[in-house]
Amino acid sequence: MSGTHDDHGHHHHEPESLLSLRVRALESLLVEKKLVASEAVDRIVSAYEEDIGPHNGAKVVARAWIDPGYRERLLADGTAAIEELGFGGVDLQVVENTPGVHNLVVCTLCSCYPHALIGLPPVWYKSFEYRSRAVREPRVVLREFGVDLPESTEIRIWDSSAELRYLVLPERPAGAERLSEPELAKLVTRDAMIGVAVVQPPAAAAR
Amino acid sequence: MEPVPSREVADMTGAVALPRKNGELVFDEAWQGRIFGMTVAMSHEACFEWREFQAQLIAEIAHAERDGESTSYYERWLHAFERLLADKGLLDAGALAQRTRDFESGRRDDVF
Repeated sequence: MSGTHDDHGHHHHEPESLLSLRVRALESLLVEKKLVASEAVDRIVSAYEEDIGPHNGAKVVARAWIDPGYRERLLADGTAAIEELGFGGVDLQVVENTPGVHNLVVCTLCSCYPHALIGLPPVWYKSFEYRSRAVREPRVVLREFGVDLPESTEIRIWDSSAELRYLVLPERPAGAERLSEPELAKLVTRDAMIGVAVVQPPAAAAR
Repeated sequence: MEPVPSREVADMTGAVALPRKNGELVFDEAWQGRIFGMTVAMSHEACFEWREFQAQLIAEIAHAERDGESTSYYERWLHAFERLLADKGLLDAGALAQRTRDFESGRRDDVF
């Protein structure tokens, strides 16, 4: 959003774009006709902005990082463990990255994806290219995503289905020891929970 | 009652897929969120079926691509929404043009 500039003149903002004016005019007409309520629009926009995204998955990961008991329950029974945090509606298995093992999630048949936890799937997740190459040459695919794993690291591929979805529990980055749970959650990206990225240390993430 | 994101909306694929980043919706400007919200709200109120809007958006995008227009995703969305409302007899093009001028001239400043 704009509006961060210093402006001592009469106008506090950039001139409003014609599109913005037109949308305001449209809303005003529709409200007048009682076809829409502005409060309903507010609620919908914030619901989509807040509920759609990797926030829920990131909370799960951050909790697992700080609470070893939770981590154990999460790896043993993902479905039950996410319900503890109020998330559900999906049968989930959580797979943990370790120094020797990296996990990668794909859905070779269609595009099964844990929406409730990590939001909208990226376009490439549904592409034929990713679905086939993630299985055939995961190391190359990961390198293209910027994850260069040593040859000694084992890569495990998890093929999602309508019945069971997978979520990667990434490794906690170095330098994040003093962060609070919400601060940790902010470091966790959608891509890290699919397995095509690693969680960056706080300094790198802030850049 | 809080609205729950509908899969029908969130899972649109192909050319009509919602712009996103890190799994989140991206609204570059506030009006984009407003037009998105209005469209979803009116489909909730059964003013139209979501698939009707989606078909209109697909047509609008195809049309814009064919003509080589450099319009943004939500600008095309706005056109599709206006067209759908006009087809349904819910919006008068003249009234919208007049109301837009009212806002532009400052004669009106609030949507209420």
